[in-house]
Parts: sequence; C-alpha cells; structure tokens
Amino acid sequence: MSHNRSNNAERLEQLRTRVKIDRDGVNSISSSDFPFHSSNVYPEFDSIEIFRKKLKIKVIKKSQFEMEFDLIGVDAAIANALRRVMIAEVPTMAIEKVYIYDNTSIIQDEVLAHRLGLIPIKVDPDLFYFKHENERPTDMNTIVFKINHECRYNPRAREDESDPKQLYIGHNLLSSSLIWDPKGEQAERFTDNPIKPVHDDILIAQMRPGQRMELEAHCEKGIGKEHAKWSPVATATYRLMPEIIVKEEITGDLADKFAACFSKGVIDVVEKEINDEMVKTAKVVNPRLDTVSREVLRHKEFDNKVELTRIRDHFIYTVESTGILESERIFIDAIHIMQTKCSRLLLALENKLKELEDERNMMSLDDV
Amino acid sequence: MNNQTSQGPPPPSGPLSSATPRASDNAPKMQYNCADCGTENEIKPKEPLRCKECGHRIMYKQRTKRMVQFEAR
Repeated sequence: MSHNRSNNAERLEQLRTRVKIDRDGVNSISSSDFPFHSSNVYPEFDSIEIFRKKLKIKVIKKSQFEMEFDLIGVDAAIANALRRVMIAEVPTMAIEKVYIYDNTSIIQDEVLAHRLGLIPIKVDPDLFYFKHENERPTDMNTIVFKINHECRYNPRAREDESDPKQLYIGHNLLSSSLIWDPKGEQAERFTDNPIKPVHDDILIAQMRPGQRMELEAHCEKGIGKEHAKWSPVATATYRLMPEIIVKEEITGDLADKFAACFSKGVIDVVEKEINDEMVKTAKVVNPRLDTVSREVLRHKEFDNKVELTRIRDHFIYTVESTGILESERIFIDAIHIMQTKCSRLLLALENKLKELEDERNMMSLDDV
Repeated sequence: MNNQTSQGPPPPSGPLSSATPRASDNAPKMQYNCADCGTENEIKPKEPLRCKECGHRIMYKQRTKRMVQFEAR
C-alpha cells in the first residue's frame, strides 16, 4: 500500500514537471504550477525565496552573433514573455526617413527606401531618445547618413572584357557607401566608435554606367512592434530540454539500433558489466542535442523500455543578434523592459484600489 | 490638308534679331540622354532634336533633382 502511494506521488510529480512525448502525440502540455490547481491552500512554490532558489541561468554557447543559454525554473508564461519582448520591444536605431535627390538605378525609390531601412546600424540605442511624432530631428534622436554614388566605365578594361567587375567601376552599391554625417555633438560623442552599418558588404543596388544615386537617410529609434527592421534579433527562440528515460538496459545490437534512433551524440554505446559479463549498452549522454523525432517509439523492441519527456521548466533559448547589440545585452534589456511593465501594472492596480477605497469611504459618509 | 501642320511651326514674321532677349535664353539648360548611345546632350529650345554623337533622334529627359521623401518601410 505504501509502495503504491509513493508510486502515485511519483506519477503526480512526473505530470507536474514533465511534458510527455507519446507515440501518437504530445501530452500533459499545460502547466499546473499555479495557485489552487490541486488544493485550496496557497502553494509554497509561489514564495519568492523558493523561486529564487529554483531559478538558474546557464550560458551554453556564445559566438559573435549567436548565444544559447538555459533558463531553468520559470513558468512558460514568463519564458514566452521574455522571448516576445526580445523580438518586439527591445529598441534599436534604424533608417526611417529617406530623402532621395537622384536615383537613376533600376531599383525604384520606394523599394530602395525599404531596403535601406532593413540595414542594421551599429550604435548603442541607449544614447538616443525616441523621436515622437511632430518632434523635430535633433542630434539626440536622429542619425544622418548620406549616399552619393555614380557608376562609371572602367577605362582600363580590356576591349573583349565581359566581367562586370572589370568592366565597370562602382557597379555594386554596398552598405559601406552609407556615409555618416555627424550632427551637433555627435562627432565628439562617437569619436571612439563612429556610427556605421554592422556589415560593410550588404548589397543595396546593382548599377550600370551613367546611373546615379544621391540621397540622405535619417535613422530613428524604434521597436520591433512598430516595424521588424527595429528588432534586435535575427530571431529569439526557445525549446524545452528533452529527456530520455531508459527504463530497462538496452544491450547488444539493439543498443546500436537504439543509438541510431536519436540525433548524433545523444546516445553512446558503452561496454558495461552486466551479470559478470561485458556487454554493449546504450547510455544517454547528451539529450540536449536530440530533435525529439520520436523515431524510437516506432520500434516494437523498445516498447516500455524507453520514455521520452521534456522538462517543463527548463528552457533552452537561442538568441541570434543582428549584430547591433550583444545577445546577452538583448536578454538583459528584455528583463528590464519586463520589470518596467510589471511596476507600471502594480502602480495602476494600487491606484485603482485606492480609488475603490475612497469611493467606499464616501458612501459610508453618505450613510451617516 | 493644311500646309502649316505638315511643315511645322510657321517661320517668325518680322526680322529675327539676336539682340532681342528671349525667355528661353536664360532658361535652365536642359540635359537629355540619347536613347541610342546614352550620351548627355544639351538641347536648347528650337534646336533640332539630334544626338551630337550618333545623330539619333530619340532623347530621354533626365530625372529631376527635386527631393522626394520616403518612409523606409
């Protein structure tokens, strides 16, 4: 009887903390970690101390533009909110207004303006203000770039030349042709790192001799919610940590077959002593690499020997920056934005409560 | 058929003095591109439409340098 009870508790714990991956679908998806789900007592997991102890952040990989990190011990609602804030609400600077004086290239003015907007501009957005509607441009809310470009014949090209690279000069208009025009105090403020596009080799337009382009482009601060060009991430995603539970030793040739059911590096086949005999045995070494293809569940021989789950509160984030901000800075900015939103909501609630209280007091006064 | 339409505008009546200032003299010089060879031609009013390089008679007017504003969206 006691064995049965502990078994039940175990199963409940499994339901609470794991997403089940079954042969025919994914089950036990929704979180039950909210007050009064399974009892009418306010649960202790909600206390801030327990949350602090549970919360973990580990950086797994970091390269120039991409970062992978684990966020452990939060609800999906918070993990998803952070992901969405990173995509849509962390501000950057991007070209917003384009003043075209001349454009005789085959790319139309409006298409050209759109293309310019999408070029990431390497500058810290914290050093600028948002430019509100009807506000005049200043050196604190606008960055000015200029393009003055003309394509010519290369006089030194051979007569029978057919390669455009040899035939023409300036036939590829690249992002490096965007020349920053410092306004006001910008030249002094940015002496150490002059403002320029993140990449110098973004192709804006291809041109032919005689075609000209002259324009002025104004960058403004904005967020991805307004237009995707302001989003600081190429994308930010998360997935839940896969877990492979081997309930029964898988040995011999079956071990090789078992390993082949998963992505490379997930399962190792090791020699293990079972009943005084060395046998090939499958061992889970790195479930993070698994794509959770469920291939293993298609084979009869592994029935009831393996269980696939995902850990409900273990989020593996992948944040790929566009190069304007460091990936970790994007995540930290997102947390600050969340904090501001929360305190604003708290303030609004407090004000509403006070209002209701005042109303009640007034009513009781009327009664007298 | 009316003779005048087939032969173009009528010749100016009276003596054509080069000293009389005309509005087109101080009008901005217009640049045209030859449709055949692409060279820039400066053509004044009343001048024959002909490329100075190749003699082609079709010309394109150049784009104005007037500024146009766009939203980068």
